[in-house]
Amino acid sequence: MATIVVLVVFALFLGAILTGGYNKELNNRLRSHWLWDWITTTDHKKIAVLYLLGGTFFFVIGGIEALLMRTQLLFPNNDFIVGREFNELLSMHGTNMIFFVAMPLLFALMNAVIPLQIGARDVAFPFLNALGFWLFFFGALLMNLSLLFGNSPDSGWTNYVPIASNVYSAGTGIDYYVLGVQISGFGTLMGGLNFIATIINMRTPGMSFLRMPLFTWTSFVSSALILFGFPPLTAGLFLVMFERIFGANFFDVAAGGNPVIWQHLFWIFGHPEVYIVILPAFGIMSEVISTFAKKRLFGYNSMVFATLLIGFLGFMVWAHHMFTVGMGPVANSIFAIATMAIAVPTGIKVFNWLFTMWGGKIRFTTAMLYAVGFIPTFVMGGVTGVMLASPPGDYQYHDSYFVVAHFHYVLIGGTVFGILAGCYYWWPKMFGYKLNEKLGKWSFWIFFIGFHLTFFIQHFLGFFGMPRRVFTYQPEDGVTMINQISTVGAYMQALGVILIVVNVIYSYRHRTPAGSDPWDGRTLEWTIPSPPPVYNFAQLPKVRALDAFWHEKMQGNKQMEPAEPLGPIHMPNNNHLPFLMSLGMFVSGLGFVFRSWEVGALGLAFFFLVMFLRSFEKDHGYHIETDEIQRIEKGANA
Amino acid sequence: MTLLLAVFAVFALVLTGCEEPAKSVFDPKGSAGEKNLDLIMLSVYIMTFVFVVVMAIYFYVLIRYRQKPGDNTIPKQVEGSMKMEMFWIIIPVILLVILAIPTLTTTFTLAEKPSEEEDALRVKVTAHQYWWEFYYPDLGIKTAQELHIPAGKRVHLELTSDDVVHSFWVPELGGKQDMTPGRTNHMWLDAKEPGVYAGRCAELCGASHALMNFEVVADEQSDFDKWVAKRQKPSSEPRTAEQEAGKKVFSQNCMSCHAIEGTELKTSGGKGPDLTGFGERQKVAGLLENNDENLDKWLKHPDEIKPGTYMPSFDFLNEKDMKNLKIYLESLE
Amino acid sequence: MSTARVEHTNAATGLSPHPERATMEGRNKIIGFWLFLGAETVMFACFFGVYLALRNSSLDGPTTQELYHIPMVAVSTLILLFSSLTSVLGVVGMQQHNYKKTMFWFGVTVLLGASFLALEIYEFFVYVGEGHTFTSSAFGSAFYTLLGTHGAHVLFGVCWITGLLFQARKRGLTQEMAPKFFVASLYWHFIDVVWVFIFTVVYLMGKVG
Repeated sequence: MATIVVLVVFALFLGAILTGGYNKELNNRLRSHWLWDWITTTDHKKIAVLYLLGGTFFFVIGGIEALLMRTQLLFPNNDFIVGREFNELLSMHGTNMIFFVAMPLLFALMNAVIPLQIGARDVAFPFLNALGFWLFFFGALLMNLSLLFGNSPDSGWTNYVPIASNVYSAGTGIDYYVLGVQISGFGTLMGGLNFIATIINMRTPGMSFLRMPLFTWTSFVSSALILFGFPPLTAGLFLVMFERIFGANFFDVAAGGNPVIWQHLFWIFGHPEVYIVILPAFGIMSEVISTFAKKRLFGYNSMVFATLLIGFLGFMVWAHHMFTVGMGPVANSIFAIATMAIAVPTGIKVFNWLFTMWGGKIRFTTAMLYAVGFIPTFVMGGVTGVMLASPPGDYQYHDSYFVVAHFHYVLIGGTVFGILAGCYYWWPKMFGYKLNEKLGKWSFWIFFIGFHLTFFIQHFLGFFGMPRRVFTYQPEDGVTMINQISTVGAYMQALGVILIVVNVIYSYRHRTPAGSDPWDGRTLEWTIPSPPPVYNFAQLPKVRALDAFWHEKMQGNKQMEPAEPLGPIHMPNNNHLPFLMSLGMFVSGLGFVFRSWEVGALGLAFFFLVMFLRSFEKDHGYHIETDEIQRIEKGANA
Repeated sequence: MTLLLAVFAVFALVLTGCEEPAKSVFDPKGSAGEKNLDLIMLSVYIMTFVFVVVMAIYFYVLIRYRQKPGDNTIPKQVEGSMKMEMFWIIIPVILLVILAIPTLTTTFTLAEKPSEEEDALRVKVTAHQYWWEFYYPDLGIKTAQELHIPAGKRVHLELTSDDVVHSFWVPELGGKQDMTPGRTNHMWLDAKEPGVYAGRCAELCGASHALMNFEVVADEQSDFDKWVAKRQKPSSEPRTAEQEAGKKVFSQNCMSCHAIEGTELKTSGGKGPDLTGFGERQKVAGLLENNDENLDKWLKHPDEIKPGTYMPSFDFLNEKDMKNLKIYLESLE
Repeated sequence: MSTARVEHTNAATGLSPHPERATMEGRNKIIGFWLFLGAETVMFACFFGVYLALRNSSLDGPTTQELYHIPMVAVSTLILLFSSLTSVLGVVGMQQHNYKKTMFWFGVTVLLGASFLALEIYEFFVYVGEGHTFTSSAFGSAFYTLLGTHGAHVLFGVCWITGLLFQARKRGLTQEMAPKFFVASLYWHFIDVVWVFIFTVVYLMGKVG
């Protein structure tokens, strides 16, 4: 019965779209609504804002999950949230934070900044860019719906089989994970592909590879890691999905399967993933430190080389997450040495940041505070990383709170600090006004101290024999007070985050135009108005050196020299198909979660149908004529 | 900021002073654990050195090169320095080599398999959701939740799992090793002195992962031999009327999952822990102190103690049956 | 976008010798598609790895030696290889601005692709009859996942090129159509190369044991 209803609704829906036989007036009202503009946008600057909103939304969810877990761990044998519910919390927290917070927030900055830094009017694939965002959003939404519907994924963000198989995790929990991550993974892959093509093809005249700002470079390498790192996850998720939903046997030992296959596939993705989220943060730090030390980045070439090397080695070391699996001493040794090797390019970066500040004139803005706070924090995370690279040591650290401490130092101390530095730094460019510095500094210190309070002592929890992912500990373990301090720290971090949100609202209310170059910037994005006009550059700039804008400033020029005469600019049209395609995927995902093949297949069919519609669509974009450009430029400079 | 970190470090030390952690990687009680610790400490020293050097430069830079008010000169734009960069490439490489060599030797030492002539004890460990099975193939003993070993002797463990991935970890005796269904992993450990060492499951294995504890009991060789003799000839027959009645309750309710050796009630058991010699175990369910009250709680509401356990609730037994069952179980030696 | 100048010339008449690279959109499309194929390669590599790890876990079902019928698969291989050639001829036709030639050879490609699919479906039918199914063993699951993913790619390619043929009939060989055909032929080569690996790794190595 339900199937027939779905079929009828689907047929009506299709009919409406294909014939245009719906209420024309309603349609017009829909199209003139401001929300429609956001849903259909293909402008990279607007997509950046969408990513920022999406990432923040899931950050709040993931943060609440973290607080609930820390609250449960306040006392030994606490019974606030135990057993499967706790496992659901830790799984949702990890998956949300990695896939639906760190990545979209970085994508937000990448979308907002990369085209501006390379002097492009848009990305290579505006349509794909929008599709990438909507797939991410619907994938994340699908997984988080499990919080509302009950029965969330409960096998950790690593989703190890067999606890993730039907026998040990009955119900729909893992299906939300598999399909949600899969759908958003497609989106991420498209985003990464788009950035690579953009950076290769869309650079302004004179912007050679070795003149690109470091944020663009690290994003470029990180996008390449996405491109080659996500397919193993896609493959692995397919296997889990086939096993759970269609009865395949990849991991079931009784049917000849092998659970270690998943672990390999997951970590072949999982380790590059770590660099996917840390490399752009490195780039942000490089930009921020260089700007606020008023100095050219020390050793630019070796920074680029180190980035490439980290990206390359990132694919060679996945098995260090599996030292205890029993791969044998030879394999363990090889992966140990490869892992230690990564410390060298990372070290280059740290010292180059220090020597960029050496001899500079450091201004401690909030963005710079995060960058400065990042260095010791990240070095802590880095050195514990080297410790973890040694298998005999890892036998003790593995899956203990030591690891939890380590990766939070890297992911918060590295990625989150990087994102926050980037937000404070580029906020005036994205929105035209600065965030309040006083509130910003307060929130930095509260967040920073709270962070160290939470995680520093967790190293010791690991040494004292507390495994990770446990919902409780015994009073006789003697770890009660450490856990309590950690929980206090977690609440302090929450306070810091709340202050950041307050700051955003406060700064919006008291906004004053920041001007095009509020920080005395060095790169192309500071040469155009804030926020940039839809076409970014009225005339493409001619780049003559690294730190192009700084170079011109030193030459006594106020602006970049144009590389082309003023002329009409071609821009892509808005398009609602990315939203529809993603909606199709979402419906399909929901269908498979609830084991309704009809809905699952229909959603997919809808996806492909819209894809073919797109292929037949004649979308030549539109032109902004010269007088219109002159009018806009005048308005922006006035 | 290092100041903060230093404060935290002192803080952590104070903590460990006033609240003694029950088990610590820093205080190993076996040679595998000592080897782990040697390497951990070596890496801690190297990494502390690195951290201190970075922080020294860091604070110098932050204090020396902050912009003074009113100073608007533009600093010299330095491109880089090949010489200096070589410096911080070569030194880390040397440090890593220093760490890598003992890493490799220790990795291979810890992976040693028992040699032909070595008179080592072999134990097959099988993990289940959420309990541990220990089988001594050379002695023909099967037990659960408590791994008995002789102190001062190398024990070779063959680790596998019956259901999902678990991980065997006794922090004081050595590192961990995964227990994956379908494969057998090998590790060795020893305890230098007699004692009871806490063990944990370290790989997320389901709802009661946090409660999947066990204990390693290391005895002097002579005491261990006595224990072996006792396990090989367990005293499982009832000696009183109450025990007799308890045994009957057991045979009617528990036998499909639990085995007790040394009775005519031969059972394959296997779904649940072997209960031979239960009265001598230190803990109920590997978790609670072995006394009447806790046993009562466990039998009546196992799910409240270990969420997701396969042990069904026996709160339907009447007072008398329950009492007799407990008396019988506690009489097992 | 930045090549707005190029766009302003009349697209219908001035087809360059490489019409697929004449516009910025075309160049973006081609590089983007190469990148996409890179990602696809990694995904297929993973499925190959899974297959190699599980191919001996056939339980009670037929083993690789008992199962595979090399002659039939060899015919499929020839068909697919030949279709790769015809897609090249199609692209050559496009670069000569020869509408008929392009349409003919891409049409042949579609037909060959469809007959490959028919053969593959028949092959699966036979295997299922012999007790080798998706759920029968780990080997079965890995086999059908690898082959099925490839087959789905062929199916998608057939639908895609068919769609392009309809488009070209309506619009002719324009500067906008050229990169589409070019990219579709890239895709077609890619699934052909994957098949060569499947033929070697799955069938030939499976027969040897």
